[in-house]
This record gives sequence, structure tokens and C-alpha cells, in this order.
Amino acid sequence: MSIDLSQFHQVFFEESFEGLQVMESSLLDLDCENVDSETINSIFRAAHSIKGSSSTFGFTDVAEFTHVLETLLDQVREGSRQLQPDHVDLLLQSVDCLRGMLTALQAGAALDTEQSKILIQAFNDILDGRQPVAPGGEQALSNETPSSPPVAASQCQEEEITWHIQFVPDVNLLRTGNEPLRMFRELAEMGELEVSVNLDRIPDLAGLNPEECHLSWDLYLSTGRSRSEIEEIFEWVMDESDITITATAGLFTNIATPQAEEHELIAEPDVMGAAEAEVQNTVKPADKQAVTKPAQQNPAAKSSESTSIRVSIEKIDSLVNLVGELVITQSMLGQLGNEFDMEKLQKLQEGLAQLEHNTRELQESVMRIRMLPISFTFSRFPRMVRDLSKQLGKKIDLKLVGEQTELDKTVMEKIGDPLVHLVRNALDHGLESPAERRAAGKKETGTITLNAFHQGGNIMIEIIDDGKGLNREKILNKARTNGVIGESEVLSDEQIQELIFQPGFSTAEQVTDVSGRGVGMDVVRRNILELNGSIEVRSVEGEGSTFTIRLPLTLAILDGQLIDVGSQTFIVPLVSIVESLQPDMKLINHVAGGCDVFRLRDEYIPIIKLWEVFGVEPRSKDLADSLLVVVEAGNAKVAVVVDDLLGQQQVVIKSMETNYKKVDGISGATILGDGTVSLILDITDLIYMAGEHQQSKNGLKLISNKTRAA
Amino acid sequence: MTKILAVDDSASMRQMVSFTLQGAGYEVVEACDGQDAFDKAKRGGVDLVLSDVNMPVMDGIALIKNLRTLPDYKFTPILMLTTESAADKKSEGKAAGATGWIVKPFNPDQLLNTIKKVLG
Repeated sequence: MSIDLSQFHQVFFEESFEGLQVMESSLLDLDCENVDSETINSIFRAAHSIKGSSSTFGFTDVAEFTHVLETLLDQVREGSRQLQPDHVDLLLQSVDCLRGMLTALQAGAALDTEQSKILIQAFNDILDGRQPVAPGGEQALSNETPSSPPVAASQCQEEEITWHIQFVPDVNLLRTGNEPLRMFRELAEMGELEVSVNLDRIPDLAGLNPEECHLSWDLYLSTGRSRSEIEEIFEWVMDESDITITATAGLFTNIATPQAEEHELIAEPDVMGAAEAEVQNTVKPADKQAVTKPAQQNPAAKSSESTSIRVSIEKIDSLVNLVGELVITQSMLGQLGNEFDMEKLQKLQEGLAQLEHNTRELQESVMRIRMLPISFTFSRFPRMVRDLSKQLGKKIDLKLVGEQTELDKTVMEKIGDPLVHLVRNALDHGLESPAERRAAGKKETGTITLNAFHQGGNIMIEIIDDGKGLNREKILNKARTNGVIGESEVLSDEQIQELIFQPGFSTAEQVTDVSGRGVGMDVVRRNILELNGSIEVRSVEGEGSTFTIRLPLTLAILDGQLIDVGSQTFIVPLVSIVESLQPDMKLINHVAGGCDVFRLRDEYIPIIKLWEVFGVEPRSKDLADSLLVVVEAGNAKVAVVVDDLLGQQQVVIKSMETNYKKVDGISGATILGDGTVSLILDITDLIYMAGEHQQSKNGLKLISNKTRAA
Repeated sequence: MTKILAVDDSASMRQMVSFTLQGAGYEVVEACDGQDAFDKAKRGGVDLVLSDVNMPVMDGIALIKNLRTLPDYKFTPILMLTTESAADKKSEGKAAGATGWIVKPFNPDQLLNTIKKVLG
């Protein structure tokens, strides 16, 4: 029977990554002075599981590595070794290294074992410091099993021996589920077996406990097999039972005997004459394969690199429930349709209302399946903050709030990097050094809070630090030097804070290893905009900053405002609408370059005529007869000219790229209730299009998104 | 049909074991830790228990001890899946009433051979 083990690899990788996650977070919780036994146990278990599975699935490098890790953890767990901070560091490095190895294996890439070898050496150094590691440990992992103990030279002789086996089992033998008959059957398979039972030990009937075994046996076995093979049969009962095996007679034979088996891996199958030997050997090649195969198996693993998601049974149950209700509604409506007359109109309306209700619940329920708690993303931060605070010499307390808040898996994957960037920034630029904090009369330990919560149909993520806050003057100076704003310009605090999202804007005096990676806040904002989200900052000098990210719960559904241009209906994402208004013609100016601008309070906003952009015949080309919808994206605003504003509704986004091709200014399409297709405006794109031939006041470059569109 | 209770906290190991056993014609009940296994074992009908040792909630040793207190499981074969390095676990398991052990890593054929032996 041959089973393709690679089919279990995906699950193995997933659970191993989870295990590493557990190890990492538990390691961060560990206090070397006072080791919590449950914490160290969970770390040990995770390492142990990874070792067990990785060796089973043939990932020997991973197994070897986890073995030394496990040995150290085991000693700590048993209390024979005091945990040192160095150990924790080393273990954390190992977690990283293992993650890298598993990622490489999963991707089917070649494994670089250089780092793991260094780490293994480090572990061995620690372990050797007190007690030498049993060298058998690593070897055992390669593929030897205890059922093939070392073969003594004398037992390799080609002879048939008659062994006398005296077997006096422990009275509790049966209570461990062991069955002497099974052993005898196995012995009988090895050669000629004679069994005689000994009834001497049987007590009086009164004292007889039928659950105990009082029998003992004398066995004579003639076989070519070695003593160790016989011992193997009694392996599980050897310790308690009285077993003596003595060679009573031997016959030299010239037949090729099955002990060729002992040569396991080097034996060529054709050398073995006895069919029996071949049967015995079927295990071994498979064994060898499991060890050496990963290199060939990897390409297969690569192609099956599908992502999966774990869903709690409650979510599935609620879905099943809802489908049940939908079926009931459907049958009700079906029946109504069969014998419909106008008297039943109200019933029909009720039924349709119920259908709508079912549909909405079902939709929400299905969406919830894709939702994961944000702790998946948050969980990486304790480690990051620990490492960075060490590196920067700052004392930082990280608080995670609302970890159970759920978010669409795709959104979650894409928000990871921007969040990392923001947390790095908060650590590096936001929080002061302990000395600075003392001088400012603050606690030495700074706090960074990550807070996630739901608000309306959105998820909000706040990154709050109690550091020095944004420096108004520094930002202004920088903006003036860069020519982003004019020398004499007066900006509100809000406008100043918005400046940090401009491209190429960094107020850090020196570029550090931590956040000076050439990626600015503009990139963060752009990534968030691409998710149909937004980011803002509030900051009080000396007290700290709060970055607030707002994201849609899902990328598949959008809250849209329907607008009419001529005969076409477009959809504007509701999140990007600032306001809609009837234009006052006095506030509209024509500027050179053919673009109109509209003055909204203190801002000049370029006007985009959708009918021009999309080549639609409008109801009126006169701005006075039209409506303006002011939309915002990436710190820039434009006013879109529309004929009419219709309702707001949730729309399901269909990709243009997969169904047609990318169209400038359009992010997707949807189907409206009456069956017509409606295009969803891409505000970022539209603003970029407006900026192509237009710069707003202040010399502020409108085309902050130029890079994006490229 | 012979029913085997497979206990392991690692999903991939559970899958592998189940798949192997089912392929060989056994009925398999999976459990993800000792407590889960104990609860499932109490429903009865299990002919053999195959249990990992290191598990959260209730470990394999405790599971074996607990199972042996149930009249139905007095003589049921219980095999523990251990790693080579955990030699002391073997004796602990034996003291708790385990029938035998299988060392990780094992491959499907090794697993089936050992099970066949025990079930006779």
C-alpha cells in the first residue's frame, strides 16, 4: 500500500505556521525568573508537534532542527535547566529560521540550511555545557526505528537456530491490552514453533481473578532470525515479564535467509532470494523514500499552493440554518405563484420581504466566512516591538485592543504592511527615548496601542502612541524647503498634519535602520486607498499621535451612491464623497488649460465633467443645470459634474479586468436591480486624470497619485 | 468494521493516520486531545486506540490511565505514538496501561503492520 504523503503537506504547513505563532507569542510571554509551566509546555508541545509531523512527512532538516530546540525546552520544562534570556533570543531566532525553512519548502524552493546549522550548533553548545546530547537523538530522526536495534555481528551468521523462550508474563499483561496469542502467532511466522503452557502459577478458584494472567509458556522456535527480532516481538512486555531466550541448537544452512533485511537500505532487492524477505523489506524503501524524497516532491507542493481558511463550525451552522430558511421562503413563494390571484398580493409582498431579509442575512453570513479576527495581523507586533525596542533602546509597552474584531481575509493580508510601517514609525519617530521622556515629565515606558473596532460598515484600526506627537514647525519648514507650500502660507493644524502623507516627506532627522526604508506615508496611504479605505492622523504635540485607518469590511461589496450622467448610471463609492451640491456659478472660475475650478470655502477644486471623460451625451452641458459631487481621495479633491443623484445602495463589485479590460477612471462594474450594468468610478484615477493638466492652488501638487497610476 | 480511535493534536498527523487506516478498511474516529478522545471513547465501540503523547488539555498518558478505568477499555489495545527521544514516556505509558508504542516518524505501512499485529 503506498500513500502519497504530499497530500497532507498543506495541512502540515498551516499547522506548523500556527505552531510557530504559538511558540513566538508564548516565548514573548516568558519570564526567565519565573517560568510559567503552562507557557513553557505550550512552547514545547508546539516544537514537539512540528518535529513529529515534519519527520513523518520527510522534512528532515526541519525535524533535525526542532529536535535540538525540543531538547532544550524539555530540560527547561523539567526544571533541569534554568531558562536564560539568551535562550529566549535563540529560540525566537529559531522560530524565524523555521518559518523561513517552512516557507521555502512550501514554495518548493531549495532549502538553505546554513542558518539552521548555525543555530543547531548554538543549541548544542548550550546543551553540551551541562550534559552531552545523546548522539542517537539526531540519528533516530533520520529513519531508524527502535524496532531495528543494532545487529550484533554474531547474529548475522547464516544459520538456523532453535531458541528456547521462557515467557513468564506479568499478571497484569492483559490489562495493557497485550495478547500472548498474537505474539505466538508472530513467532510462528518466523519458523517452526512449539508451545507448551505452564499452569503452575494458577491459584485456587477462590483466589482466581480472571482478568489476570497466571499462565506461563515454554516456547521452542527454530528460525534463521536473530535474537533481536525475537525480542522485538516481546518488545512491549519485555520489562515486566520474565523472558529468557537461549539458543538451544543451531544448524548451519546455505539457504539465503531473510536476515538480509538487516542490511536494509543498502540491500539490493535482487540479492534477496526469499520472497519473505522482500515482504519484510517493503517497509524500508518507503522509509528511505520518505527521507530523500522532499526534493522531488516539492514541485508538486508548489502547484498545490492554495490558500485555505479555517471557519468555525458556528459560522457554517448559521449558514446552513439560513439556507434552510431560504428554502422555506422559496417553497412558500413557489406555492403562491402556482395559484396566484390578486387577493394574495399582500401575501406575495410579505413573501418577497422575507426573501429580501433571507438574502441579506445569507449575504452577511457568507461574508462572515471570509472574516478572520484581526489578531492574525496583530500577533506579529509583540515580537516586532520587542526586537525594535531593544534595537532603539526605548522602553515600550504594546497594548492590543479588539483583537477579536473580524475582517475580510484579503483586506487583512493587504493591511499588514501598512500597519507594520505605521507601528515602526510610531516606535522610531513617535516615541521618545527614556531620557527624553523623563525630561518631559512622562513615564519612561512609552505606550503604543493598536485598537480595532467596527463602526458602521467599516472596520477602524487606530495606532496610538503617547510620544512626542507631530512637530508642527518641523513639518512646516520641511514643506517650505521642499516647495510643497509657499513661504507665507498659513495652514491649519489639520492641513499641516495632512502634509505627512505627501510623497517624499519624512521629518526624521536621520534616516534610521528602523523606518528609513524609503517608503513614506504616501505609500501607506496609497495602499489603504487601494482597499477603498482612508487614513487620518490626529496629533497633539508632546502628547502623542493617533493614526486612524478606516477599511471596508469586505472588498466584494461597496456602499455606493448612484448618479446619472445622460442615459448612464454610474456609482460613486460612498466613502469618497465629501458633499454634493448645486453649484453657485459665481464660485466657478475658468482657468488656463481648459479646466474649470470651483471654490468650496477656502479651496479651489478642479471640476471633472464625466460626460467628457466617458463620452456620454449629458442632459445639459450647462453647469448651472447640473449637480456637483465633491469626492476626495489621497488628500486631493475633485468635483464631479452629474445630471442627477439617485439612491444609495450596496453593490456587488465585479472586476472589469477579468470580464473586459482595465478602463481608466473605472474600478469595476455591478449589475443594478433592473438588470443594467453600471460602472463604478475609480476616484483615485479620476483625480489623477484631472491632475494631468491641472495643479490646484498653493502649488500643492494634486497629482499625489502619479506614481500609483504608473 | 474495526473501529480505531486516532488521537493527535496535529491535524496533519490525524489526517495522515485516518487516511491510512481508512484506506486499509478501518473505521476511524478522530480526536484532537486526550479529553476529546476520552469523551468519544465513552460512546463505545472502539477496538483500538492510537494516541499521541504530547497534547494539550489531557495528554496521552492521562488518557490511557483514564481509559483503563472504564470497564469497556480494560483490555482494549492502546498504542501510543511517541518520538524516539522521549524514552521515559514509554515507561510512563506502559505504567499507565499502554499496549505498545509506535515511534514517530513512521510511515503508513509501518503503522498498518503494527496495527495488524495488535488486532491479530
